[in-house]
Amino acid sequence: MGMYNEKVMEHFMHPHNAGDLENPDAVGNHGSPVCGDMMEISIKVKDNIITDAKFKTFGCGSAIASSSVATDMIIGKTLEEALSYTNKTFIDELGGLPGPKIHCSVLAEEAVKNAIWNYAQKHGLELEGLKGYDPNKEFGHDDHDLEEE
Amino acid sequence: MRQVYLDYSATTPVKQEVLEEMLPYFTEKFGNPSSLYGIGLSAKSDLSLARAKVAKLMGADEREIYFTSCGTEADNWAVIGAARAKKAKGNHIITSNVEHHALMHTCEYLEKEGFEVTYLEVDSKGRISLKDLENAITDKTILISIMFANNEIGTIQPVKEIGEIAKKHGVWFHTDAVQALGNVPINVKELGIDMMSVSAHKIYGPKGVGALYIRKGVVIPSFIHGGAQENKRRAGTENLAGIVGFGKAAELAEEKLEEHIKRVSGLRDYFAEQVLARIPDVEINGSMEYRLPGNINFIFNYIEGESLLLLMDAKGIYASTGSACSSASLTPSHVLKALNLPYEKMHSSIRFSIGDFTTREDLDYTIEELVKIVERLRAISPLNRQTMKG
Ligand SMILES: Cc1ncc(COP(=O)(O)O)c(C=O)c1O
Ligand SMILES: [Zn+2]
Repeated sequence: MGMYNEKVMEHFMHPHNAGDLENPDAVGNHGSPVCGDMMEISIKVKDNIITDAKFKTFGCGSAIASSSVATDMIIGKTLEEALSYTNKTFIDELGGLPGPKIHCSVLAEEAVKNAIWNYAQKHGLELEGLKGYDPNKEFGHDDHDLEEE
Repeated sequence: MRQVYLDYSATTPVKQEVLEEMLPYFTEKFGNPSSLYGIGLSAKSDLSLARAKVAKLMGADEREIYFTSCGTEADNWAVIGAARAKKAKGNHIITSNVEHHALMHTCEYLEKEGFEVTYLEVDSKGRISLKDLENAITDKTILISIMFANNEIGTIQPVKEIGEIAKKHGVWFHTDAVQALGNVPINVKELGIDMMSVSAHKIYGPKGVGALYIRKGVVIPSFIHGGAQENKRRAGTENLAGIVGFGKAAELAEEKLEEHIKRVSGLRDYFAEQVLARIPDVEINGSMEYRLPGNINFIFNYIEGESLLLLMDAKGIYASTGSACSSASLTPSHVLKALNLPYEKMHSSIRFSIGDFTTREDLDYTIEELVKIVERLRAISPLNRQTMKG
Protein backbone atom coordinates (compact mmCIF):
# COMPACT_ATOMS: atom_id res chain seq x y z
CA MET A 1 0.00 0.00 0.00
CA GLY A 2 3.05 2.15 0.27
CA MET A 3 2.06 3.73 3.56
CA TYR A 4 4.87 2.05 5.49
CA ASN A 5 8.61 1.98 4.88
CA GLU A 6 10.38 -1.23 3.89
CA LYS A 7 11.57 -2.07 7.38
CA VAL A 8 8.09 -1.74 8.85
CA MET A 9 6.72 -3.90 6.05
CA GLU A 10 9.42 -6.48 6.60
CA HIS A 11 8.58 -6.75 10.31
CA PHE A 12 4.88 -6.81 9.53
CA MET A 13 5.12 -9.46 6.82
CA HIS A 14 7.58 -11.60 8.78
CA PRO A 15 7.21 -10.72 12.43
CA HIS A 16 9.90 -11.94 14.81
CA ASN A 17 8.98 -13.67 18.08
CA ALA A 18 5.29 -14.11 17.32
CA GLY A 19 3.45 -16.64 19.46
CA ASP A 20 3.40 -17.76 23.10
CA LEU A 21 6.28 -18.83 25.33
CA GLU A 22 5.91 -22.09 27.15
CA ASN A 23 6.06 -21.58 30.91
CA PRO A 24 6.72 -17.85 30.78
CA ASP A 25 8.01 -16.10 33.89
CA ALA A 26 5.57 -13.27 33.31
CA VAL A 27 2.92 -12.16 30.89
CA GLY A 28 1.90 -8.59 30.14
CA ASN A 29 -0.75 -7.10 28.00
CA HIS A 30 -2.09 -3.81 26.84
CA GLY A 31 -5.17 -2.76 24.96
CA SER A 32 -5.39 0.63 23.41
CA PRO A 33 -8.86 2.09 23.60
CA VAL A 34 -7.78 4.62 21.00
CA CYS A 35 -7.50 2.33 18.03
CA GLY A 36 -8.62 -1.00 19.45
CA ASP A 37 -5.24 -2.67 19.12
CA MET A 38 -4.31 -5.31 21.70
CA MET A 39 -1.00 -6.93 22.56
CA GLU A 40 0.05 -9.74 24.82
CA ILE A 41 3.69 -10.42 25.60
CA SER A 42 5.28 -13.30 27.49
CA ILE A 43 8.83 -13.17 28.84
CA LYS A 44 11.44 -15.43 30.36
CA VAL A 45 13.77 -13.82 32.89
CA LYS A 46 17.02 -15.04 34.37
CA ASP A 47 19.17 -12.96 36.74
CA ASN A 48 17.19 -9.85 35.86
CA ILE A 49 17.88 -10.40 32.17
CA ILE A 50 15.12 -11.06 29.67
CA THR A 51 16.22 -14.26 27.98
CA ASP A 52 13.24 -14.73 25.69
CA ALA A 53 10.06 -12.92 24.66
CA LYS A 54 7.12 -13.62 22.42
CA PHE A 55 4.09 -11.57 21.45
CA LYS A 56 0.57 -11.87 20.16
CA THR A 57 -1.05 -8.79 18.68
CA PHE A 58 -4.46 -7.83 17.35
CA GLY A 59 -3.77 -4.72 15.41
CA CYS A 60 -2.76 -2.85 12.33
CA GLY A 61 0.51 -3.06 10.43
CA SER A 62 2.33 -0.67 12.74
CA ALA A 63 1.08 -2.43 15.87
CA ILE A 64 2.39 -5.77 14.62
CA ALA A 65 5.69 -4.31 13.38
CA SER A 66 6.20 -2.50 16.70
CA SER A 67 5.52 -5.72 18.60
CA SER A 68 8.12 -7.47 16.48
CA VAL A 69 10.92 -4.93 17.06
CA ALA A 70 10.01 -4.48 20.71
CA THR A 71 10.42 -8.18 21.45
CA ASP A 72 13.65 -8.24 19.39
CA MET A 73 15.05 -5.34 21.34
CA ILE A 74 14.26 -6.52 24.86
CA ILE A 75 15.68 -10.02 24.47
CA GLY A 76 19.10 -10.10 26.15
CA LYS A 77 18.51 -6.84 27.99
CA THR A 78 18.20 -6.23 31.73
CA LEU A 79 14.78 -5.43 33.10
CA GLU A 80 15.86 -1.83 33.71
CA GLU A 81 17.14 -1.47 30.17
CA ALA A 82 13.91 -2.86 28.75
CA LEU A 83 11.95 -0.45 30.92
CA SER A 84 13.89 2.48 29.49
CA TYR A 85 12.51 1.81 26.02
CA THR A 86 9.62 3.95 24.87
CA ASN A 87 7.53 3.81 21.77
CA LYS A 88 9.97 6.34 20.32
CA THR A 89 12.74 3.74 20.67
CA PHE A 90 10.70 1.27 18.67
CA ILE A 91 9.71 3.83 16.04
CA ASP A 92 13.35 4.81 15.57
CA GLU A 93 14.30 1.18 15.21
CA LEU A 94 11.59 0.84 12.55
CA GLY A 95 12.88 3.89 10.71
CA GLY A 96 9.71 5.87 11.39
CA LEU A 97 5.95 5.40 11.22
CA PRO A 98 3.40 7.55 9.40
CA GLY A 99 2.05 10.33 11.65
CA PRO A 100 -1.39 8.93 12.41
CA LYS A 101 0.16 5.55 13.20
CA ILE A 102 2.59 6.69 15.86
CA HIS A 103 0.24 5.93 18.70
CA CYS A 104 -0.01 2.28 17.58
CA SER A 105 3.56 1.76 18.81
CA VAL A 106 2.58 2.78 22.35
CA LEU A 107 0.98 -0.62 22.61
CA ALA A 108 4.37 -2.34 22.58
CA GLU A 109 5.88 -0.02 25.18
CA GLU A 110 2.97 -0.53 27.53
CA ALA A 111 2.77 -4.30 27.09
CA VAL A 112 6.51 -4.62 27.84
CA LYS A 113 6.11 -2.48 30.98
CA ASN A 114 3.11 -4.53 32.04
CA ALA A 115 4.99 -7.81 31.67
CA ILE A 116 7.96 -6.54 33.69
CA TRP A 117 5.61 -5.09 36.31
CA ASN A 118 3.95 -8.49 36.67
CA TYR A 119 7.36 -10.10 37.00
CA ALA A 120 8.44 -7.54 39.61
CA GLN A 121 5.23 -8.06 41.57
CA LYS A 122 5.77 -11.81 41.63
CA HIS A 123 9.35 -11.51 42.80
CA GLY A 124 9.02 -8.49 45.06
CA LEU A 125 11.42 -6.44 42.94
CA GLU A 126 11.71 -2.67 43.20
CA LEU A 127 12.60 -1.35 39.77
CA GLU A 128 13.47 2.26 39.09
CA GLY A 129 11.77 2.18 35.70
CA LEU A 130 8.45 1.15 37.23
CA LYS A 131 8.20 4.17 39.56
CA GLY A 132 4.83 5.73 38.98
CA TYR A 133 3.68 2.90 36.76
CA ASP A 134 -0.02 2.23 37.07
CA PRO A 135 -1.20 -0.92 35.30
CA ASN A 136 -4.79 0.27 35.36
CA LYS A 137 -4.17 3.67 33.88
CA GLU A 138 -6.56 4.65 31.13
CA PHE A 139 -4.90 5.84 28.00
CA GLY A 140 -6.26 8.93 26.40
CA HIS A 141 -5.87 10.05 22.88
CA ASP A 142 -2.83 12.23 23.41
CA ASP A 143 -0.73 9.97 25.59
CA HIS A 144 2.68 9.31 24.17
CA ASP A 145 1.82 11.01 20.93
CA LEU A 146 4.91 12.30 19.28
CA GLU A 147 5.13 15.16 16.90
CA GLU A 148 4.35 14.03 13.40
CA GLU A 149 7.54 13.49 11.51
CA MET B 1 0.93 -11.63 -9.89
CA ARG B 2 -2.80 -11.78 -10.25
CA GLN B 3 -4.58 -8.52 -9.48
CA VAL B 4 -8.08 -8.76 -8.12
CA TYR B 5 -9.97 -5.52 -7.70
CA LEU B 6 -12.80 -5.95 -5.21
CA ASP B 7 -13.47 -2.33 -4.38
CA TYR B 8 -16.09 -1.33 -6.95
CA SER B 9 -17.91 0.67 -4.29
CA ALA B 10 -14.89 2.94 -4.01
CA THR B 11 -14.77 3.50 -7.75
CA THR B 12 -15.08 1.57 -11.00
CA PRO B 13 -12.89 1.47 -14.10
CA VAL B 14 -14.24 3.39 -17.08
CA LYS B 15 -15.66 0.91 -19.58
CA GLN B 16 -14.05 0.82 -23.01
CA GLU B 17 -17.28 1.86 -24.76
CA VAL B 18 -17.57 4.79 -22.38
CA LEU B 19 -14.00 5.91 -22.98
CA GLU B 20 -14.42 5.72 -26.75
CA GLU B 21 -17.55 7.80 -26.56
CA MET B 22 -15.71 10.42 -24.50
CA LEU B 23 -12.48 10.79 -26.44
CA PRO B 24 -13.67 12.95 -29.37
CA TYR B 25 -14.93 15.54 -26.90
CA PHE B 26 -11.39 16.35 -25.85
CA THR B 27 -10.28 17.05 -29.41
CA GLU B 28 -12.47 17.57 -32.47
CA LYS B 29 -15.74 17.94 -30.56
CA PHE B 30 -14.30 20.31 -27.98
CA GLY B 31 -16.83 23.13 -28.48
CA ASN B 32 -18.41 25.04 -25.63
CA PRO B 33 -22.11 24.13 -25.40
CA SER B 34 -22.90 27.82 -24.81
CA SER B 35 -21.37 28.91 -28.14
CA LEU B 36 -23.65 29.76 -31.01
CA TYR B 37 -21.77 28.18 -33.92
CA GLY B 38 -21.41 24.66 -35.27
CA ILE B 39 -19.25 22.84 -32.73
CA GLY B 40 -20.91 24.68 -29.86
CA LEU B 41 -24.37 23.77 -31.01
CA SER B 42 -23.48 20.15 -31.55
CA ALA B 43 -21.90 20.05 -28.09
CA LYS B 44 -25.13 21.42 -26.73
CA SER B 45 -27.19 18.75 -28.41
CA ASP B 46 -24.80 16.00 -27.28
CA LEU B 47 -25.08 17.31 -23.76
CA SER B 48 -28.79 16.99 -24.01
CA LEU B 49 -28.51 13.39 -25.29
CA ALA B 50 -26.36 12.49 -22.29
CA ARG B 51 -28.85 14.14 -19.98
CA ALA B 52 -31.65 12.07 -21.47
CA LYS B 53 -29.70 8.85 -20.87
CA VAL B 54 -29.01 9.66 -17.23
CA ALA B 55 -32.66 10.65 -16.81
CA LYS B 56 -33.84 7.41 -18.34
CA LEU B 57 -31.82 5.27 -15.93
CA MET B 58 -33.85 6.73 -13.06
CA GLY B 59 -37.18 7.31 -14.72
CA ALA B 60 -36.85 11.10 -14.64
CA ASP B 61 -37.51 13.76 -17.22
CA GLU B 62 -34.43 15.09 -18.99
CA ARG B 63 -35.16 18.58 -17.69
CA GLU B 64 -34.93 17.35 -14.12
CA ILE B 65 -31.25 16.37 -14.36
CA TYR B 66 -28.57 18.89 -13.37
CA PHE B 67 -24.97 17.87 -13.88
CA THR B 68 -22.52 18.63 -11.10
CA SER B 69 -18.82 18.07 -10.47
CA CYS B 70 -19.42 14.94 -8.38
CA GLY B 71 -21.83 13.14 -6.09
CA THR B 72 -20.53 15.15 -3.16
CA GLU B 73 -21.54 18.43 -4.81
CA ALA B 74 -24.99 17.03 -5.53
CA ASP B 75 -25.41 16.10 -1.84
CA ASN B 76 -24.21 19.53 -0.70
CA TRP B 77 -26.47 21.31 -3.14
CA ALA B 78 -29.58 19.31 -2.30
CA VAL B 79 -29.30 19.73 1.45
CA ILE B 80 -28.06 23.30 1.58
CA GLY B 81 -30.46 24.25 -1.21
CA ALA B 82 -33.44 22.80 0.63
CA ALA B 83 -32.34 24.50 3.85
CA ARG B 84 -32.15 27.89 2.12
CA ALA B 85 -35.35 27.43 0.15
CA LYS B 86 -37.45 26.39 3.12
CA LYS B 87 -35.97 28.61 5.81
CA ALA B 88 -39.29 30.40 6.25
CA LYS B 89 -41.06 27.13 7.00
CA GLY B 90 -38.62 25.64 9.47
CA ASN B 91 -35.11 24.62 10.38
CA HIS B 92 -35.39 20.88 10.93
CA ILE B 93 -33.73 18.21 8.79
CA ILE B 94 -34.06 14.46 9.25
CA THR B 95 -31.30 12.13 8.08
CA SER B 96 -29.73 8.88 9.29
CA ASN B 97 -26.56 8.08 11.18
CA VAL B 98 -25.13 5.97 8.35
CA GLU B 99 -24.96 8.60 5.60
CA HIS B 100 -21.89 9.21 3.48
CA HIS B 101 -19.61 11.97 4.76
CA ALA B 102 -20.76 14.12 1.85
CA LEU B 103 -24.18 14.28 3.44
CA MET B 104 -23.28 13.96 7.10
CA HIS B 105 -20.76 16.79 7.12
CA THR B 106 -23.12 19.02 5.14
CA CYS B 107 -25.75 18.50 7.85
CA GLU B 108 -23.18 19.27 10.52
CA TYR B 109 -22.28 22.45 8.67
CA LEU B 110 -25.93 23.52 8.69
CA GLU B 111 -26.20 22.71 12.41
CA LYS B 112 -23.55 25.36 13.03
CA GLU B 113 -25.86 27.82 11.29
CA GLY B 114 -28.70 26.97 13.64
CA PHE B 115 -30.44 24.19 11.73
CA GLU B 116 -31.57 21.23 13.77
CA VAL B 117 -30.76 17.79 12.48
CA THR B 118 -32.21 14.48 13.63
CA TYR B 119 -29.88 11.56 12.87
CA LEU B 120 -32.14 8.51 12.84
CA GLU B 121 -30.55 5.40 14.26
CA VAL B 122 -30.49 2.20 12.28
CA ASP B 123 -31.17 -1.38 13.36
CA SER B 124 -28.49 -4.06 13.52
CA LYS B 125 -28.83 -4.58 9.76
CA GLY B 126 -28.42 -0.90 8.99
CA ARG B 127 -32.03 0.03 8.17
CA ILE B 128 -33.88 3.00 9.61
CA SER B 129 -37.23 2.55 11.33
CA LEU B 130 -40.18 4.10 9.49
CA LYS B 131 -41.88 4.64 12.81
CA ASP B 132 -38.91 6.62 14.11
CA LEU B 133 -38.95 8.62 10.92
CA GLU B 134 -42.59 9.50 11.24
CA ASN B 135 -42.19 10.34 14.92
CA ALA B 136 -39.29 12.65 14.15
CA ILE B 137 -41.29 14.83 11.77
CA THR B 138 -42.46 18.16 13.22
CA ASP B 139 -44.08 21.19 11.62
CA LYS B 140 -40.57 22.62 11.33
CA THR B 141 -39.26 19.70 9.26
CA ILE B 142 -38.17 20.84 5.80
CA LEU B 143 -36.18 17.91 4.46
CA ILE B 144 -35.79 14.17 4.85
CA SER B 145 -32.50 12.95 3.42
CA ILE B 146 -31.92 9.22 3.67
CA MET B 147 -29.44 7.39 1.46
CA PHE B 148 -30.74 4.82 -1.01
CA ALA B 149 -28.01 2.28 -0.31
CA ASN B 150 -25.08 2.36 2.05
CA ASN B 151 -21.55 2.42 0.68
CA GLU B 152 -19.98 0.30 3.45
CA ILE B 153 -22.49 -2.39 4.32
CA GLY B 154 -24.64 -2.19 1.19
CA THR B 155 -27.93 -1.92 3.08
CA ILE B 156 -30.82 -0.62 0.98
CA GLN B 157 -33.27 1.62 2.81
CA PRO B 158 -37.07 1.40 2.48
CA VAL B 159 -37.03 4.25 -0.03
CA LYS B 160 -40.58 3.90 -1.33
CA GLU B 161 -42.03 3.96 2.18
CA ILE B 162 -39.89 6.96 3.09
CA GLY B 163 -41.19 8.71 -0.02
CA GLU B 164 -44.77 8.04 1.04
CA ILE B 165 -44.19 9.37 4.54
CA ALA B 166 -42.48 12.47 3.17
CA LYS B 167 -45.34 13.13 0.82
CA LYS B 168 -47.96 12.60 3.52
CA HIS B 169 -46.30 15.26 5.65
CA GLY B 170 -45.48 17.62 2.81
CA VAL B 171 -41.72 17.36 3.37
CA TRP B 172 -39.15 17.13 0.59
CA PHE B 173 -37.33 13.82 0.26
CA HIS B 174 -33.74 13.71 -0.95
CA THR B 175 -31.81 10.48 -1.36
CA ASP B 176 -28.13 9.87 -1.98
CA ALA B 177 -28.27 7.16 -4.65
CA VAL B 178 -24.57 7.27 -5.54
CA GLN B 179 -24.18 3.58 -4.68
CA ALA B 180 -27.62 2.49 -5.80
CA LEU B 181 -27.70 3.88 -9.34
CA GLY B 182 -27.04 1.16 -11.87
CA ASN B 183 -27.25 -1.48 -9.14
CA VAL B 184 -30.90 -1.28 -8.15
CA PRO B 185 -33.91 -0.51 -10.36
CA ILE B 186 -34.80 3.11 -9.62
CA ASN B 187 -37.83 5.07 -10.73
CA VAL B 188 -37.89 8.44 -8.99
CA LYS B 189 -41.56 8.97 -9.81
CA GLU B 190 -42.72 5.64 -8.40
CA LEU B 191 -40.51 6.05 -5.36
CA GLY B 192 -41.69 9.57 -4.53
CA ILE B 193 -38.19 11.06 -4.62
CA ASP B 194 -37.90 14.86 -4.83
CA MET B 195 -34.13 15.06 -5.19
CA MET B 196 -31.52 12.41 -5.82
CA SER B 197 -27.71 12.51 -5.99
CA VAL B 198 -25.77 10.29 -8.37
CA SER B 199 -22.17 9.98 -9.55
CA ALA B 200 -20.63 8.66 -12.77
CA HIS B 201 -17.56 6.94 -11.38
CA LYS B 202 -19.54 4.29 -9.53
CA ILE B 203 -21.21 3.10 -12.73
CA TYR B 204 -18.16 2.67 -15.00
CA GLY B 205 -18.09 6.34 -15.98
CA PRO B 206 -15.39 8.92 -15.27
CA LYS B 207 -14.58 10.53 -11.92
CA GLY B 208 -15.53 14.14 -11.35
CA VAL B 209 -19.03 14.05 -12.81
CA GLY B 210 -22.24 13.76 -10.86
CA ALA B 211 -25.81 14.88 -11.13
CA LEU B 212 -28.67 16.02 -8.98
CA TYR B 213 -32.17 15.04 -9.98
CA ILE B 214 -34.52 17.84 -8.92
CA ARG B 215 -38.17 17.03 -9.43
CA LYS B 216 -40.10 19.56 -11.48
CA GLY B 217 -41.80 21.81 -8.96
CA VAL B 218 -38.98 21.65 -6.41
CA VAL B 219 -37.14 24.94 -6.41
CA ILE B 220 -33.85 25.37 -4.59
CA PRO B 221 -31.31 28.18 -5.04
CA SER B 222 -28.13 27.63 -7.00
CA PHE B 223 -25.06 26.41 -5.21
CA ILE B 224 -22.46 27.38 -7.81
CA HIS B 225 -23.09 30.89 -9.12
CA GLY B 226 -22.06 32.25 -12.48
CA GLY B 227 -23.17 31.62 -16.04
CA ALA B 228 -26.49 30.33 -17.29
CA GLN B 229 -25.49 26.68 -17.72
CA GLU B 230 -27.76 23.84 -16.58
CA ASN B 231 -30.90 25.87 -17.09
CA LYS B 232 -29.39 28.65 -14.94
CA ARG B 233 -29.23 26.41 -11.91
CA ARG B 234 -25.65 25.22 -11.90
CA ALA B 235 -23.06 27.56 -13.34
CA GLY B 236 -19.77 26.62 -14.94
CA THR B 237 -18.79 25.40 -18.39
CA GLU B 238 -19.95 21.82 -18.58
CA ASN B 239 -17.52 18.94 -18.26
CA LEU B 240 -18.59 17.84 -21.70
CA ALA B 241 -16.46 14.72 -22.12
CA GLY B 242 -17.25 13.64 -18.58
CA ILE B 243 -20.97 14.17 -19.02
CA VAL B 244 -20.98 12.32 -22.33
CA GLY B 245 -19.18 9.48 -20.53
CA PHE B 246 -21.76 9.55 -17.75
CA GLY B 247 -24.48 9.37 -20.40
CA LYS B 248 -22.90 6.35 -22.07
CA ALA B 249 -22.33 4.62 -18.73
CA ALA B 250 -25.97 5.25 -17.80
CA GLU B 251 -27.12 3.88 -21.14
CA LEU B 252 -25.10 0.69 -20.68
CA ALA B 253 -26.31 0.34 -17.10
CA GLU B 254 -29.90 0.73 -18.23
CA GLU B 255 -29.61 -1.85 -21.02
CA LYS B 256 -27.91 -4.44 -18.84
CA LEU B 257 -29.39 -3.70 -15.43
CA GLU B 258 -31.12 -7.01 -14.91
CA GLU B 259 -28.20 -9.04 -16.23
CA HIS B 260 -25.74 -6.99 -14.12
CA ILE B 261 -27.74 -7.50 -10.93
CA LYS B 262 -28.10 -11.21 -11.55
CA ARG B 263 -24.47 -11.82 -12.41
CA VAL B 264 -22.94 -9.66 -9.71
CA SER B 265 -25.22 -10.84 -6.91
CA GLY B 266 -24.61 -14.43 -8.03
CA LEU B 267 -20.87 -13.97 -7.71
CA ARG B 268 -21.30 -12.21 -4.39
CA ASP B 269 -23.43 -15.02 -2.99
CA TYR B 270 -20.92 -17.61 -4.16
CA PHE B 271 -18.09 -15.65 -2.54
CA ALA B 272 -19.98 -15.22 0.74
CA GLU B 273 -20.92 -18.89 0.89
CA GLN B 274 -17.36 -20.01 0.24
CA VAL B 275 -15.87 -17.65 2.80
CA LEU B 276 -18.37 -18.71 5.46
CA ALA B 277 -17.80 -22.38 4.64
CA ARG B 278 -14.01 -22.24 4.54
CA ILE B 279 -13.19 -19.82 7.35
CA PRO B 280 -14.54 -20.27 10.88
CA ASP B 281 -15.87 -17.41 12.98
CA VAL B 282 -16.80 -15.09 10.14
CA GLU B 283 -19.95 -12.97 10.26
CA ILE B 284 -21.66 -10.67 7.80
CA ASN B 285 -22.50 -7.04 8.48
CA GLY B 286 -25.74 -5.69 7.09
CA SER B 287 -28.81 -7.32 5.62
CA MET B 288 -28.78 -10.13 3.06
CA GLU B 289 -32.32 -9.28 2.05
CA TYR B 290 -31.93 -5.55 1.40
CA ARG B 291 -28.46 -5.36 -0.03
CA LEU B 292 -26.57 -3.96 -3.03
CA PRO B 293 -25.83 -6.81 -5.44
CA GLY B 294 -22.03 -6.50 -5.36
CA ASN B 295 -21.51 -5.71 -1.69
CA ILE B 296 -20.41 -8.05 1.06
CA ASN B 297 -18.99 -6.92 4.39
CA PHE B 298 -17.42 -9.54 6.61
CA ILE B 299 -16.31 -9.58 10.20
CA PHE B 300 -13.19 -11.73 10.36
CA ASN B 301 -13.23 -12.20 14.09
CA TYR B 302 -9.97 -11.88 16.08
CA ILE B 303 -8.01 -10.03 13.39
CA GLU B 304 -7.72 -6.36 12.61
CA GLY B 305 -8.85 -4.97 9.28
CA GLU B 306 -5.76 -3.07 8.21
CA SER B 307 -3.41 -5.98 8.72
CA LEU B 308 -5.74 -8.13 6.65
CA LEU B 309 -5.81 -5.51 3.88
CA LEU B 310 -2.02 -5.26 3.87
CA LEU B 311 -1.58 -9.01 3.47
CA MET B 312 -4.24 -9.11 0.75
CA ASP B 313 -2.55 -6.21 -1.00
CA ALA B 314 0.66 -8.24 -1.01
CA LYS B 315 -1.30 -10.86 -2.97
CA GLY B 316 -2.78 -8.31 -5.37
CA ILE B 317 -6.24 -8.33 -3.79
CA TYR B 318 -7.82 -4.94 -3.20
CA ALA B 319 -10.64 -4.35 -0.73
CA SER B 320 -11.41 -1.82 2.00
CA THR B 321 -12.05 -1.50 5.72
CA GLY B 322 -13.85 0.83 8.09
CA SER B 323 -11.46 -0.20 10.86
CA ALA B 324 -10.09 2.58 13.01
CA CYS B 325 -6.43 2.14 12.36
CA SER B 326 -6.86 2.63 8.65
CA SER B 327 -8.48 6.01 9.10
CA ALA B 328 -6.71 9.24 9.96
CA SER B 329 -9.23 9.88 12.74
CA LEU B 330 -8.37 6.59 14.50
CA THR B 331 -12.01 5.79 15.16
CA PRO B 332 -13.97 3.09 13.37
CA SER B 333 -16.34 4.31 10.68
CA HIS B 334 -19.58 5.85 11.89
CA VAL B 335 -21.47 3.22 9.89
CA LEU B 336 -19.96 0.32 11.85
CA LYS B 337 -20.52 2.24 15.07
CA ALA B 338 -24.16 2.75 14.11
CA LEU B 339 -24.61 -1.03 13.98
CA ASN B 340 -23.68 -1.16 17.67
CA LEU B 341 -21.09 -3.83 17.10
CA PRO B 342 -18.64 -4.70 19.87
CA TYR B 343 -15.43 -2.75 19.42
CA GLU B 344 -13.29 -5.67 18.23
CA LYS B 345 -15.80 -6.59 15.56
CA MET B 346 -15.76 -3.10 14.11
CA HIS B 347 -12.01 -3.43 13.77
CA SER B 348 -12.39 -6.77 12.07
CA SER B 349 -14.77 -5.61 9.35
CA ILE B 350 -13.78 -5.71 5.69
CA ARG B 351 -15.79 -4.67 2.65
CA PHE B 352 -15.50 -6.46 -0.67
CA SER B 353 -17.41 -5.01 -3.60
CA ILE B 354 -17.81 -7.00 -6.75
CA GLY B 355 -18.43 -5.54 -10.20
CA ASP B 356 -18.78 -6.22 -13.89
CA PHE B 357 -15.16 -7.25 -14.45
CA THR B 358 -14.99 -9.63 -11.50
CA THR B 359 -14.74 -13.28 -12.48
CA ARG B 360 -15.32 -16.47 -10.59
CA GLU B 361 -11.58 -17.22 -10.91
CA ASP B 362 -10.84 -13.90 -9.19
CA LEU B 363 -13.02 -14.94 -6.31
CA ASP B 364 -11.57 -18.44 -6.12
CA TYR B 365 -8.08 -16.96 -5.93
CA THR B 366 -9.25 -14.51 -3.26
CA ILE B 367 -10.84 -17.27 -1.18
CA GLU B 368 -7.69 -19.42 -1.29
CA GLU B 369 -5.53 -16.50 -0.20
CA LEU B 370 -7.99 -15.35 2.44
CA VAL B 371 -8.03 -18.75 4.08
CA LYS B 372 -4.25 -18.57 4.48
CA ILE B 373 -4.08 -14.92 5.49
CA VAL B 374 -6.80 -15.21 8.13
CA GLU B 375 -5.15 -18.28 9.59
CA ARG B 376 -1.79 -16.54 9.70
CA LEU B 377 -3.13 -13.45 11.47
CA ARG B 378 -5.22 -15.46 13.89
CA ALA B 379 -2.13 -17.42 14.87
CA ILE B 380 -0.55 -14.23 16.20
CA SER B 381 -3.71 -12.72 17.68
CA PRO B 382 -4.35 -12.71 21.43
CA LEU B 383 -8.07 -12.92 20.66
CA ASN B 384 -9.93 -16.16 20.07
CA ARG B 385 -13.27 -17.77 20.77
CA GLN B 386 -12.54 -17.97 24.50
CA THR B 387 -11.32 -14.42 25.00
CA MET B 388 -14.17 -12.97 22.98
CA LYS B 389 -16.74 -14.72 25.14
CA GLY B 390 -15.24 -13.39 28.36
C1 LIG C 1 -23.04 6.98 -0.81
C2 LIG C 1 -22.08 7.95 -1.43
N1 LIG C 1 -22.40 9.25 -1.50
C3 LIG C 1 -21.58 10.15 -2.06
C4 LIG C 1 -20.36 9.78 -2.60
C5 LIG C 1 -19.48 10.83 -3.18
O1 LIG C 1 -19.47 10.79 -4.57
P1 LIG C 1 -18.28 11.48 -5.36
O2 LIG C 1 -17.08 10.62 -5.15
O3 LIG C 1 -18.72 11.53 -6.78
O4 LIG C 1 -18.11 12.85 -4.79
C6 LIG C 1 -19.99 8.43 -2.55
C7 LIG C 1 -18.68 7.98 -3.10
O5 LIG C 1 -17.71 7.77 -2.45
C8 LIG C 1 -20.87 7.50 -1.95
O6 LIG C 1 -20.53 6.20 -1.86
ZN1 LIG D 1 -2.96 0.73 14.95
